[in-house]
Amino acid sequence: MIRLLSVSQLNGYLRELLESDDVLRDIWVEGEVFDFKQAASGHWYFKLKESDAVVSAACWRTYVARIGERPRNGDAVLAHGHISIYEASGALQLYVDMVRPAGIGLLHARFEELKARLEAEGLFDLSRKRPLPAFPRRIGVATSASGAVIRDIMNVLARRFPLAEVLLAPCRVQGDGAPEEIVEALYALYEQNVDVIIVARGGGSAEDLWAFNEEIVARAAFASPVPLVSGVGHETDTTIIDYVADVRAPTPSAAAELVSPHIDDLHAALSEQRDRMVVALDDMIVRAGEQLEHERRHLMLHAPTTRIARSRQTIDDLLRRASSQVGHRVDLRRARLDGMQSRLAALNPLATLDRGYAVVRRTVDGQVITSPEQVASDDMIEVTVQGGTFGARVP
Amino acid sequence: MTASSSVTYEELYARMQEIVARLEAGELPLAEALALYEEGMRVAASCQQILDQAELRLQQLQLGAPDTDEE
Repeated sequence: MIRLLSVSQLNGYLRELLESDDVLRDIWVEGEVFDFKQAASGHWYFKLKESDAVVSAACWRTYVARIGERPRNGDAVLAHGHISIYEASGALQLYVDMVRPAGIGLLHARFEELKARLEAEGLFDLSRKRPLPAFPRRIGVATSASGAVIRDIMNVLARRFPLAEVLLAPCRVQGDGAPEEIVEALYALYEQNVDVIIVARGGGSAEDLWAFNEEIVARAAFASPVPLVSGVGHETDTTIIDYVADVRAPTPSAAAELVSPHIDDLHAALSEQRDRMVVALDDMIVRAGEQLEHERRHLMLHAPTTRIARSRQTIDDLLRRASSQVGHRVDLRRARLDGMQSRLAALNPLATLDRGYAVVRRTVDGQVITSPEQVASDDMIEVTVQGGTFGARVP
Repeated sequence: MTASSSVTYEELYARMQEIVARLEAGELPLAEALALYEEGMRVAASCQQILDQAELRLQQLQLGAPDTDEE
């Protein structure tokens, strides 16, 4: 089959071909830097050579910032990136996203590339680190089912926090397939409703620990729905999962210690609560006693008997004062009455009768006769003298 | 007497803290305070029993095509 392609079609085809190749789209290239230029835009353009072979390289400004140190001409480096074609010139280029000195070795360079990339992506952000639960009832452990690590973890937990239940998700922790098994173990634990997860491995060489530097492991750890503690290798070993974990423990045993409260502390806390309860109740009883005493005194002051006694005294007093007032007035009235009686007695007109005078009234109407014109002959009159009254007829 | 497995140490301990806080607030009628105190002492005893009897348990998950393993 004969095809005719335009130049841009050819370059486009080549670009697609190169960018879909598994090796070329994620590759480390070792070589010596030369012809290094930093453009005004901030991008880097340089070449890598080894013997007589040369490849062009470009590094965009966003990666430049991540890489930090600028390579110099003559530096032996490991450059990471993907191969593509610059269509404007038809030149094959390595599009670089990480440069490390060749001396550190490929493993280390990969480590630093992954670390820089995941860090830029936010997988290590402190803001997403979660605190460990105070009472981890179910503790998930992803590690090898055989070996010292799970024994050490069980020993620590049995001593410190036997209230827990450990769910072991067994996985190989080194060699081919280990990263995939660790990922599988983690996801199995994510479905187990555990409170915290420990990912652990004993000490070993950098190659032994390599599974914990794999991107799929880092991303699986990042996906943990609960706090995750890494305890990989010895204190001096740092793997990518340590940066992703919520807490990094220096060793597997230390991881077990970090996730678990100590039962002695629980005993102590329990005693403290009990003591505080006793003290609180004591205080309350003492206060209640004091209040009772206060109320009792208050009650005494306001008791009905007290009030009655006081009222009675008031009444007595009032009565005394009332009776003395009344007595006084009665005496006064009596004296005045006596005086008026004697004056009345002196004024009584009938008293003159004692001296032989008489009062004469007309019988018909009882009118007192003080003039002869008041009577005619044969009128009946009544005469009152000291001894009594008698009738008479006017002659 | 067996410690109730449905109630966790954490729940019991939280109840105890609540009781202590209410007692320390000191605004309860004495009878109520006494009842709370008695409850608190029972809770404390349950906590103590759980701590004394605790035994670490281990469960190993079966990973890797568990369905075919069972057949």
